Amino acid sequence: MLDADFFHRWMTATAASVDREAERLTALDSPIGDADHGSNLRRGFTAVVSVLEKESPRTPGAVLTLAGRQLISTVGGASGPLYGTLLRRTGKALGDADEVSAEQLTEALRAGVDAVRTLGGAAPGDKTMIDALVPAVDALGDGFAAARTAAEEGAVATTPLQARKGRASYLGERSIGHQDPGATSAALLVAALGEAAEASDE
Amino acid sequence: MSDDKLVGIVLVSHSAAVAASVAELAKGLAGGGAEVPVAPAGGTEGGGLGTSAELIAAAAAAVDRGAGVAVLTDLGSAVLTVKALLAEGDELPERTHLVDAPFVEGAVAAVVTASTGADLAAVEAAAGDAYTYRKV
Repeated sequence: MLDADFFHRWMTATAASVDREAERLTALDSPIGDADHGSNLRRGFTAVVSVLEKESPRTPGAVLTLAGRQLISTVGGASGPLYGTLLRRTGKALGDADEVSAEQLTEALRAGVDAVRTLGGAAPGDKTMIDALVPAVDALGDGFAAARTAAEEGAVATTPLQARKGRASYLGERSIGHQDPGATSAALLVAALGEAAEASDE
Repeated sequence: MSDDKLVGIVLVSHSAAVAASVAELAKGLAGGGAEVPVAPAGGTEGGGLGTSAELIAAAAAAVDRGAGVAVLTDLGSAVLTVKALLAEGDELPERTHLVDAPFVEGAVAAVVTASTGADLAAVEAAAGDAYTYRKV
C-alpha cells in the first residue's frame, strides 16, 4: 500500500530530477517552444517541495491536490495548469484514504490524464505530454519500472511527429525532428514513482 | 438585467503591457458610458512574460460587482490557467466565465456592452461576435 509519505517522496523525487534535467528540458523547448520549460517546471516543483514540507498533508489525495494547486499558481506557463490539473484530479480521485493500492493509483492517474486531455484538448499523437502519460498509465499495472519504460518510449516517439497543440503547432513541419519537452518532463514524473518506491525499501 | 450592477471584465495576456494597453483601449473606446470595472492581469508576478494564477484571481475579485465577471485571454497558458482556476471551483468569483473571443476586438465589444448595463450573457455574446468581423 502507498501512504502519504510515498506521495511526498514522489514529488520530492520529481523535483530533484526536474532540477537535474532543467537545462535539457529548456534545450528541448528552445527550437519548438519559448525555451522556458525547464526553468518553469523547476520553479513549480521547488515550490511544491516547500509547501509540502510546510503543511505536511496526511493523505495521498491531500499531497497531490496541494502539489497541483501550487503548480497552477507558480509555473507561469502552460505546463503549470496542465501538470497542476494532472496532480489535482489524481489526488481528488484518490479521496481521503490514508493509504491506497497500486491499482487505485493507476485508476486515479487515469482520471488525472483524462482531465489533462480535456483541459488541453490534446490526443495521443499530438506531440504533447499525453504521448508519455497515456502509455505510462496503460503499463502501470505491470509496475513502476514498466510505466517508466513506457513513458520514456512515448517521449522519444514524439520526435518524428508534427505538433498540433501549443506554441510548437505554429511551426508546422518545422516541429518535426524534435522530441517534445512536455512528454520528456512527463517521463521524469513517471520515473520518479519508481524512485519513491525504492526509497521506502531503504 | 441585474439592477445597476455592471459586469466586470478581466483581460489576461502573457504580457503586462499588452493587458494594460488593451484595457486602456477598450475603456477609451467605450466613451462616456458607465464606468465598467476592467482589470488587466498580464505577465507573471515577477514581471516576466507568462500567466499568473494569483494575478488573475486578484483581478477577478477586484472587478466583481455581483453581476458576473467576463474573462478574456490571449494564448496558450492564459487560456489553460483560467480553465484550471474555474475547475477549482472557489478561486474566482461566482459567475466568472471564460469568454471565447478575440482578445483586442473582444475586449472592446465586452467593455462597450457592459457599459450599457447589459448582463453577463449579453457581454459574452458581444465579445464572441467579434470573431465574425472579417477584415478582408
